[in-house]
Amino acid sequence: MRFGVVRFPGSCDETDAVLACERFGEAELLWHGDCDLRGVDVVVIPGGFSYGDYLRVGAIARFSPVMEAVAEHARAGGIVFGICNGFQVLCEAGLLPGALLPNAGLRFVCRQVEVEVANADTPFTRACERGDVLSIPVKHFTGRYYAPEEELRGLDAHGQIILRYREGHNPNRSMGDIAGVSNREHNVMGLMPHPEHAVDPLTGSADGGRLFESMAMALAPA
Amino acid sequence: MSAGAASAERLSEARALGLTDSEYELIVDKMGREPNGVELAVFSLMWSEHCAYKHSKKLLGRLPTEGPHLLMGPGENAGAVTVGNGLAIAFKVESHNHPSAVEPFQGAATGVGGILRDVFAVGARPIAILDSLRFGELSSGRSRYLLDGAVSGIGHYGNSIGVPTVGGEVYFEGPYEQNCLVNAMCLGIAREDRLIRSAAAGVGNLLVLMGARTGRDGIGGASVLASAELDSEDASKRPTVQIGDPFEEKRVMECCLELLDRGTLRSLQDLGAAGLSSSASEMASKGEVGLDIDVSRVPLREDDMEPFEIMVSESQERMLCVIEPEKLAELEEICERWEVRATAIGEVTESRRLRVLDGDEVVGDMPVDALVDDCPLYDLEPAAPSEQIYPAPPQVLDPSADAHETLLALLSSHNLASRRPLFEQYDSIVQSRTVRRPEDADAAVLQLAPDGGKGAIAVSIDGNGRRVACDPYTGTVEAVLECAANLACVGAEPLGLTNCLNFGNPEKPHVAWQLERSVAGMADVLRELGVPVVGGNVSLYNESGDGPIYPTPVVGMVGALPDAAVAPRSGFAREGDVVALVSSGVKLSLPGSELAKLRGDELPLGLPEVDVAAVRATLDAVRAAARGGGLNAVHDVSEGGVAVALAESCLAGGLGASVSLPDTGSESLFGEGVGRFLIAGESAAVAALGDRAAVIGMVGGGSLEIEGAGSWGLPELREKSGAFAQAFL
Repeated sequence: MRFGVVRFPGSCDETDAVLACERFGEAELLWHGDCDLRGVDVVVIPGGFSYGDYLRVGAIARFSPVMEAVAEHARAGGIVFGICNGFQVLCEAGLLPGALLPNAGLRFVCRQVEVEVANADTPFTRACERGDVLSIPVKHFTGRYYAPEEELRGLDAHGQIILRYREGHNPNRSMGDIAGVSNREHNVMGLMPHPEHAVDPLTGSADGGRLFESMAMALAPA
Repeated sequence: MSAGAASAERLSEARALGLTDSEYELIVDKMGREPNGVELAVFSLMWSEHCAYKHSKKLLGRLPTEGPHLLMGPGENAGAVTVGNGLAIAFKVESHNHPSAVEPFQGAATGVGGILRDVFAVGARPIAILDSLRFGELSSGRSRYLLDGAVSGIGHYGNSIGVPTVGGEVYFEGPYEQNCLVNAMCLGIAREDRLIRSAAAGVGNLLVLMGARTGRDGIGGASVLASAELDSEDASKRPTVQIGDPFEEKRVMECCLELLDRGTLRSLQDLGAAGLSSSASEMASKGEVGLDIDVSRVPLREDDMEPFEIMVSESQERMLCVIEPEKLAELEEICERWEVRATAIGEVTESRRLRVLDGDEVVGDMPVDALVDDCPLYDLEPAAPSEQIYPAPPQVLDPSADAHETLLALLSSHNLASRRPLFEQYDSIVQSRTVRRPEDADAAVLQLAPDGGKGAIAVSIDGNGRRVACDPYTGTVEAVLECAANLACVGAEPLGLTNCLNFGNPEKPHVAWQLERSVAGMADVLRELGVPVVGGNVSLYNESGDGPIYPTPVVGMVGALPDAAVAPRSGFAREGDVVALVSSGVKLSLPGSELAKLRGDELPLGLPEVDVAAVRATLDAVRAAARGGGLNAVHDVSEGGVAVALAESCLAGGLGASVSLPDTGSESLFGEGVGRFLIAGESAAVAALGDRAAVIGMVGGGSLEIEGAGSWGLPELREKSGAFAQAFL
């Protein structure tokens, strides 16, 4: 079971993501300029400021050579997991529904928040139960999830809302308290909180590890 | 004068660039002729206060710079200490005050960018940023604008580059109204054997410029802006402020670290104040070589830049390195991978001269020693003022207010309210090392290996300008002890200190006196603590028409601790824990305190003397206890005194406490004095501190109860302590 973490110019949390993945499987860095995913099972698009967030968050990274391979991987049913800037990139690439807008407070916010597992029947959450509360930090300027009302209803109906901020914990006024969504097929997920920064109680919480554990379980030989 | 009369035209040009007549004459003497325009531009920057430390160098020689953990002392881009297991921590603090006063967002952002480059220039990966900020009172619109801009700028740069901002401090006082302070500190980690120095070496080796193109930004920043007082024309100085691009720096940083990892570079130096002029001269001076630089090869933002502009531009995100010619292809390949521009712009020569070429034409030719070593150093002419030179702060609290109201007023004052609305704007956790985040504990705690393993460091940055204004010697002693106390709270032993001396115009006798007494205090207390200065920065001429800022020595200390997991937090953590006060015997007093400020009291001239040896013994005892694992809370008693410390520990832990103090007068509740700690834990752990610890009560309940003084519910305390949020609306 191998995780591949994509490194773009401007990625910041890629080594953190590798460390988190290594707790549950093998992990390596993938280079943005390569079209080859080197046979990894799970692709992680990490947090940071790919291409300096210039033009629009995630807008340039989606044109990286590696993103074609990521899209192909996703179309073939492979698991893709986008964290923060990775979530933004996946939305820009059309692999996830909706968009991320600047926080309602128009400020960067770094804070430990609580999110609730809204769908535990996905490759990202199967180590959890529906309703489980996870303590995971957020840190972003552009994290307010937005989708048109109709699309939101669709997401809800198809179990695509995977994580919601608990009451009082929505840091950016995301619609529907949405912290993480998946595509219709549930093999591509993006989330604003940083589970790779919640894999060790010493640095605050180990709750985020359950998402990585879920992905490892999803691919474990039966 | 030995070499020809100075022409009137050049002399007036020299004056406009900030040189004195006698300095100009000395340049003519050293050159053996009059400098041309390029040379004059380079000299004016190299001989500016900012680059040459001409008013502070003699004083700085008094500070201790040797210690058992020291690897690299002052003089390199950053100093470094060993933390064991072959690992080094490089660190430094630097000011970006005047740029921030003129344009706060870019000024603060490029301050962070500059200190990051200093750290990776020695081969260390930046792992933490801290900042120390001073502004005028928040009742002023200008101060709110500066605060907002500076905080956004620091966050913009640090967050985007992936280095956590783990701590810092901010205070608001009238004398900073026109001249704010923005000091940024950075720590980096490296294997000891991978630290690299900046000395250019190897005649025939290539000088390569990496990173951003060179533009007209920041021309004259070190002289016109950083080495002169601020005045009403400052808006016109905006073009001297540089513009930061953290995305460029991120690539340059990753690229440099990879080049260092592969051993491609002989030496490395960042470009900061005075741009190429300063970097090249420093590298040549340290390596005792010469350098030829061809400005026609420097990649430019604008085509028509003059050679002197290229030599002094302070465009950001640039690094200069020396490599062997056969390594050029390897360097270019790695730079291309990181999309970093790299251009060979010159070479190392035997000449001991800095030669500036424009293609085939020599446009400048200066002896390196003259540029770096021959700037005249000035003796200060200190004179103690006969009375306090700073006005009393405006009264905002009736002196007859009772203890209940007084504590609430202190907690909601802008100097003491919770900094959460500020530090939440910074990424404090990237790189997975942060074990104690801002407000978790008195110092930030970072594990050395991001995947666990033992070994950790703690870091804190401190300074209290008002106390130093009251007494430059004792106030500085207190600042250093406060910083050491913050480390002791988490069980860390200080290894080294970096300082940024922010003062007014040193040519004025009372400012010279502040500077002289402050450095004397710092030297004495550091000798007593056995902690060396590893490097730092001096920022003078911090004054405006309203007079000088409070003298503000800012100190940052790095300490080591064996086990981050047991590092005590500052908040009460467990019902039933015994609460005790640990004291060094330093008397608590009100003059110069936060309460005195709220009451509008005059600043005293002189503070009670500090028994440094007694405080040191207390720090040792608290550190040992903190390492033992039995204490659940350790918090330094500082601004606002014992009552504020109690309230802070209640709020941080979400638990109340009931205590009984020997005396409930204002001095006992709100008085200040170093070397006091509030601790909580099991009675055995508290008892281990012996007579130093006086039990005063117990953790529990939903309120703070101080017998005979008052009772405060946690919601009420929380609301008051949240007052700082208004600063960012």
